[in-house]
Amino acid sequence: MVPLSWYVTLSALMFVTGLVGVLIRRNIVVVLLCIEIMLNAVNINFVAFSDYLHLIDGQIFVFFVITVAAAEVAIGLGIIISLFRLKESVNMDDYNLLKL
Amino acid sequence: MTPILLIPLLPLVGFLIVGIFWPFFKGKGHYIALPLVTISWAVATVEFFKSFTEAPSISFVYDWIRSGHLDIGISLQYDHLAAIMLFMVTTVAMLVHFYTVGYMHGDSGYDRFFAYISLFTFSMIMLVLSDNLVEMFIFWEAVGLCSYLLIVHWYERRPSWLAANKAFIMNRIGDFGFLLGIFLTYAVFGSVRFAEIFPAISSHLHQTVNIASAFNGNVNVPVLDLIALLLFLGAVGKSAQIPLHPWLPDAMEGPTPISALIHAATMVTAGVFMIARMNPLYNAAPMALHVVAWTGAITAIVAATIALTQPDIKKIIAYSTMSQLGYMVMICGLGGYGAGIFHLLTHGAFKALLFLGAGSVIHSLSGEQDVFRMGGLRKYIGLTFVTMLIGSLALSGIPPFAGYYSKDLILVTAYQHGPLGQMLWLIGVLTAVLTAFYSFRLLFLVFGGKERFHSEHNGHAVHPHESPLTMTVPLILLSIAAVVAGWAGEHYGVLEYLAQELPLPKETIAPGELSENSLKGLSVAVGVLGIAVAWAFYGRPSTIPATLAKSLPFFYRLSLYKWYFDEFYDLVFVRSSFLIGRLFWQELDKGVIDGVVNGVAEFFRSSGSNLRRYQTGQLQNYAMVMAIGVFGLVAFYLVFNRL
Repeated sequence: MVPLSWYVTLSALMFVTGLVGVLIRRNIVVVLLCIEIMLNAVNINFVAFSDYLHLIDGQIFVFFVITVAAAEVAIGLGIIISLFRLKESVNMDDYNLLKL
Repeated sequence: MTPILLIPLLPLVGFLIVGIFWPFFKGKGHYIALPLVTISWAVATVEFFKSFTEAPSISFVYDWIRSGHLDIGISLQYDHLAAIMLFMVTTVAMLVHFYTVGYMHGDSGYDRFFAYISLFTFSMIMLVLSDNLVEMFIFWEAVGLCSYLLIVHWYERRPSWLAANKAFIMNRIGDFGFLLGIFLTYAVFGSVRFAEIFPAISSHLHQTVNIASAFNGNVNVPVLDLIALLLFLGAVGKSAQIPLHPWLPDAMEGPTPISALIHAATMVTAGVFMIARMNPLYNAAPMALHVVAWTGAITAIVAATIALTQPDIKKIIAYSTMSQLGYMVMICGLGGYGAGIFHLLTHGAFKALLFLGAGSVIHSLSGEQDVFRMGGLRKYIGLTFVTMLIGSLALSGIPPFAGYYSKDLILVTAYQHGPLGQMLWLIGVLTAVLTAFYSFRLLFLVFGGKERFHSEHNGHAVHPHESPLTMTVPLILLSIAAVVAGWAGEHYGVLEYLAQELPLPKETIAPGELSENSLKGLSVAVGVLGIAVAWAFYGRPSTIPATLAKSLPFFYRLSLYKWYFDEFYDLVFVRSSFLIGRLFWQELDKGVIDGVVNGVAEFFRSSGSNLRRYQTGQLQNYAMVMAIGVFGLVAFYLVFNRL
């Protein structure tokens, strides 16, 4: 039996990997992938605790997260394509539209 | 509705019609204003003759302010004082309306002028008819406003608006005192109505008020004296008494009908009228009465000395007006209110006559006002000469003209008042010599001697000519008034008539002093003396005036430069105001206030330009900051176990 702490550790490592990716990678597609990694890290947490606590709620939440992630990817890729058309680049440094 | 209401209402209607529709009249404004003011005069005359037999009345018009104990209504108090004042005011107003038709003919502001003099007539009538201090104050201000609007009639000319501003500002100083007096009256008596104030005076005789309480001081003055002095400050401004007088001579920049109506016969006498109206209060304020008497006497003599050397025909008459007003104020200060009002009435007639005559002279010379550029006009404008001669004789107090009766009454009343009165009587007699002198100096310079006028003035060729009928008829009517007003007043007992409101002063004549008849003889003698001196100086070719001016340069300059009042005020008040203004502008406004405002702006601008560097537009930077923040918070929680 794999102890809970392993799952939590794995989840934390994945989350940090995703977060660091989001913060430092310049390629917008990679950033989107990293967000997916973070969401899945959360999913692992949910499932692990669901099993540990014998509560089904966590697994239901996972379905929600997966749904949201799917929607987010759909919209996110759409935004990326639109941004690419605008800037002809996938480099985050070229996206400075928030600056006045 | 009482017919008295018609007297003020008709000029008001005239003002509204001419004032609102003036562009449509195109020089026909008098078609409306003149008949209305004439009817108003007729009503006033009928009511005046009815007042001999009828009881005084107060007719309520409407409630204006009613709040708590404060109850201010617009009412018309019609008693003997108001009746006789109204008779004089409407008569002069009507004649001046009439005169204006000829004098202002062709003026671009003709209809506007008629609108304003109708408004003035209305305001003056209401001032006279007021039954409470607040109502009186409103119309007191209204006549001041009309005075301003009419002085500034030729508003393109710089001296006009300077003079109008001066009149307005100097009157504000006096009106400030008047207003404070009203406040204090209300605080003490709980009412502003004459009918409620006067009976209550006796219960406040010994009441004092601490005027230094704001500075933690303790200066107690009798409250009645204080009220009387504050109200008198208003009269000082309005009646051009020293020290608030310099506006009156300057006001001569306005058209001459205005000088006659407002600045000689009616508005400037409002101060004297107010003192007479408030006489129960003044009688209970001995200290204030002393101030009133001395102010009047000093004004009378100072103004007379200034009039001696002035070159401008209208300013001579203006200073003479000031001097005569000084007489009226002085005698009010000695308790002879009836004599003051009597002189006010006769003065209204002959001074309006003199001003209108001066207007006729100026008119005939196409605007020339310097008496040294006139001369020999008798043969060109004989009618004006005769009427002005009558006016000057009346002013000099030569019997049987009006001034003789009223001025003598003032001098006799003053003499019989006691030691103070005799001191002021002496000043009055001196003033009478000067008055006769400057009146006939004017007359000799304008109508006698060689022709000194230039062939043109301000681009208009000068051909001395008699004025049109609309101007000469008022002159003739006023000269009749200047002849008979004094005799009629004495014959029909104006003092006894006025005694209803104005109690006669106590006669305190001691045995061995001059009798009334010798006093009268004396004042006629000084009048004749003044005329004789004027003849010696100006009635024939003479070098006396020039020699005298050279040998007494100090006095000559003192008189010519009007005792340097203007220069003094300029130095003390105007320059210091400019200095303070400049100080506030350069130091306070530009330094402190602009500094604070600009400093605040600069703080936000510089902090903004520093902070803008953190707005990179890079989403990852923002996310990084957010992540650091979250880690920081979590770390804090983990270490200290609380947030």
